[in-house]
Amino acid sequence: MAESSTPTSSAGKSGPAPILFDREENLTADTFLRGLWKENPVFVTMLGMCPTLAVTNSAINALGMGLSTTFVLVVSGALISLLRNWIPKQVRIASYIVIIATFVTIVDYLIQAVSLELYAALGAFIQLIVVNCIILGRAEAYASKQRLVPTLVNSLGTGLGFTLALLSLGTVREILGNGSILGIPLFGSDFQGWLVMILPPGGFFVLGAWMMLFNWLRLRKERRTAASSGVTAHAG
Amino acid sequence: MPRPIEIRTSPHLKRAISVDRIMRNVVFALLPICAFAVFQFGLSALLLLLTTTGVAIATEWFFSRMSERGSTVSDWSVVITGILLGLTLPPGFPLWMAAVAAFVGVALGKAFFGGLGYNVMNPALVGRAFVQAAFPVAITTWTPAFAPGRFVELIPSTLTMPFMRPEPVADWVAGLNLDAWTGATPLALQKFQHIEVPLLDNALGLVAGSSGETASLLILACGLWLAFRRMLDWRIPLSVMAGAALTALPFWLMDGNLYPTPWFVLCSGGLMLGAWFMASDMVASPVTARGAVIYGVFIGSLTVFIRLFGGLVEGIMYAILLGNAVGPLISSWTQPRIYGVVKKTRESSQP
Repeated sequence: MAESSTPTSSAGKSGPAPILFDREENLTADTFLRGLWKENPVFVTMLGMCPTLAVTNSAINALGMGLSTTFVLVVSGALISLLRNWIPKQVRIASYIVIIATFVTIVDYLIQAVSLELYAALGAFIQLIVVNCIILGRAEAYASKQRLVPTLVNSLGTGLGFTLALLSLGTVREILGNGSILGIPLFGSDFQGWLVMILPPGGFFVLGAWMMLFNWLRLRKERRTAASSGVTAHAG
Repeated sequence: MPRPIEIRTSPHLKRAISVDRIMRNVVFALLPICAFAVFQFGLSALLLLLTTTGVAIATEWFFSRMSERGSTVSDWSVVITGILLGLTLPPGFPLWMAAVAAFVGVALGKAFFGGLGYNVMNPALVGRAFVQAAFPVAITTWTPAFAPGRFVELIPSTLTMPFMRPEPVADWVAGLNLDAWTGATPLALQKFQHIEVPLLDNALGLVAGSSGETASLLILACGLWLAFRRMLDWRIPLSVMAGAALTALPFWLMDGNLYPTPWFVLCSGGLMLGAWFMASDMVASPVTARGAVIYGVFIGSLTVFIRLFGGLVEGIMYAILLGNAVGPLISSWTQPRIYGVVKKTRESSQP
């Protein structure tokens, strides 16, 4: 966040600057996948912990929160990318906040119109998307420097990564806490819910368990690649 | 030929005492309490103790296999965790929930912090606190002590299918035709109806309660045996008891009808077991002598405050967990001054 965002305008190049897409941009599968897995906002960069812990007590809440955030992330990223050469550096954060807040307001009213139940369950956390670190972080570190198409792809990847993380918490908490998934009961009426899983401590427990699993997988992979490269080095 | 001179730092005199020897002695001290629990609550208590101990050992084995530190199952510490957990649960507690408690206690309370010697809190109480939060109804469902037929039949809630709600025990208890069974432990009776059970019944453990917490005198005797063998720090249990009794005293003097007598406070609930076997956990308690006293008094008086003014009936579990949490702080506050070293001022102690 501290790094200055100098818009990568193609000043100095001849001809009009392409706005949407530039062949020279690195638009690879990694642009999309980075946010989904390698730089997953929840499990790796640990941003947006507040909604992660607060509204993942059921899968539907997690899905609603994740998709709302993804929408805001993609559309605000697109607008910021388009406007990146017109936003003065000195007031960029304020400008990003205004843009993000606009789309959050849209989402807020949209959810209220579609499902009042979900709106009540998510509570203030919909409005709090405005100050979500993931969105501001993407705006500052990516959208303000990249063209439209890479921004769209990257934002979508990050948003889906966030949604997946919330869903992985929400499903576990809902299964253990309520014995259901997306509101559909799995174990019949005699199921004993684990009350703690629906309560806030359950969020910490499940988040910790998932992070432990992912860190263990990552370490194991690193160890294996290190071991295999060591073997080839010896063989060579 | 001159003999080589061996130069060593102190200590020069050692006792042949090791971690697993101490832990084994604690297990021996717990065995009479287990025997009384089985005698009092029958087969269900036996199965409960076997389940918690077995799952605790299995969890320890699994996590020490995953870590690179080698197996720590054989040092007996996890057996203590399992037994203590079983003793603090209600006798009719469903076995699958007991297994969850044992797993969470050893995994979250011990293995994740690095195993024996690194745990911040008492693992048995971490497990119990987790199931207290997860299954608040089951953990406050009590069954009568010395039920007829306790050695041939199980309490119906014991063998609940995993993840299923335990069967209510009210019908089963009604079928026993017991006189004077109110479904409440002495602590709940005192708190909500202000009736104290007779002191002797309470001290001998002839009352309902957690499977191994009722027999206060027996626990006291086992704890004293350990303390005389120097296997636990006597300061901690004695200061827990003193802290609890002295905190309860002024309230009892103020209104003897409303507040419990200090001896009732000492003999009821898990105070005795907690004071002698859980607060005195060697890893999770302060290391200095003065610190041990402060820690004990803190736990004892906090227990009484939770009992008298909290929503919960019993407070020893959270009091010990909180005591464990502030233990390192107490340790660092009460570091003894090294002989010959001038007391540090605030400025000079800053790095």
